[in-house]
Amino acid sequence: MKPYVRPISAGWWLHRMPYLRFMLREFSAVFIAAYVIIFLVMILRISQGQAAYEAFRADLQSPLAILFHVVALLFALLHTISWFQLTPKAMAVWKGEERVPPAMLIIPNYVAWVVLSGVVAWIVLGG
Amino acid sequence: MANKTSQPTIRLEILRYDPEKDSAPRYQSYEVPFQEEWVVLDAINHIKDQIDGTLTHRWSCRMGVCGSCGMMVNGVAKLGCSAFLRDYYPNPIRVEPLAHFPIIRDLVVQLDGFMAKLQSVQPWIIRKEEKPVEQGEYLQSPAQHARYKDFSMCINCLLCYAACPVTELEPHFLGPAAIALAQRYNLDSRDEGREIRQETVSSHIGIWQCTLVGECSVVCPKHVDPAGAIQQAKLASTMDWYKELLWPWGGKR
Ligand code: SF4
Ligand code: FES
Repeated sequence: MKPYVRPISAGWWLHRMPYLRFMLREFSAVFIAAYVIIFLVMILRISQGQAAYEAFRADLQSPLAILFHVVALLFALLHTISWFQLTPKAMAVWKGEERVPPAMLIIPNYVAWVVLSGVVAWIVLGG
Repeated sequence: MANKTSQPTIRLEILRYDPEKDSAPRYQSYEVPFQEEWVVLDAINHIKDQIDGTLTHRWSCRMGVCGSCGMMVNGVAKLGCSAFLRDYYPNPIRVEPLAHFPIIRDLVVQLDGFMAKLQSVQPWIIRKEEKPVEQGEYLQSPAQHARYKDFSMCINCLLCYAACPVTELEPHFLGPAAIALAQRYNLDSRDEGREIRQETVSSHIGIWQCTLVGECSVVCPKHVDPAGAIQQAKLASTMDWYKELLWPWGGKR
């Protein structure tokens, strides 16, 4: 009398919304990595002089490149927000007998995000 | 079983498996009276008592305390005694044994694997040196108790294992409840066994297997937050690593 072991379902992550959301969060890393590679290529092109850089910029204006950047942005937002929300899972901060409310650990992430984005925008656009 | 026409009914599709006859599990449907206040466990008990005595399942307290009635209800790990029929009516309800565990018979799953994992994290107070009984108990303040209280509420219902895809893909993974209990003792001010538990908890079958799907904490009926326990254990292990790296001659606690 052997216990029955159910087969592993390859599509387990399609069965329920929370699993799909988890997979999308993991999958977002692919887009972020691709974006980083494009970014590194851009730096390479800049080092090769103005003509190379201008050609690279022209490539970025193709519909495919724009579509990629929009999708990559959406995945980057999903990645960032879902990890920000998970911060309190990993950090238990206590004040006496009470745990510091999760929001107090999440909000600083967003503040840092806005401040750092502002600094980057200032350097790129104005500085 | 004859039903009065006035009595509404609800259908339960239950995964059945008889190790002596079946080579694989199969679904069997039962029509049971629909009662507002009934939970899935009531319906299963009704089937067992009135319709089909061969149906096998575990239960005891009927109030979410004993942890023995875990099952998949429409694909979600639930305590049968806490899942109300009215939340599914008039649709049929699909009931299966807890996912990821071997099926012994019908809704009864094999727990040996979990028991071994639980024992391997040594979920009890470990002291470097026991103090004699005459010296009295180990005292603890309410603030020290609060640190681990939530993690100590586990009833071993194993819903978290059924919700965790890693326990299916990596059968040796210690899993949510066992790690939450390890963490419960690691955080106990009276305990000195963290280093001993670390050998298992931060090994290749331990915390680093977790990819933080987070569903263990969602399905947990006791708000233990095993996902939180695992991430906190990861953070603590990472801190150990940095401490040892930056302060190799005295960083170990
Ligand atoms: S952690 Fe929660 S879901 Fe897991 S066994 Fe304990 S009580 Fe059940
Ligand atoms: S019967 Fe005890 S928890 Fe459901």
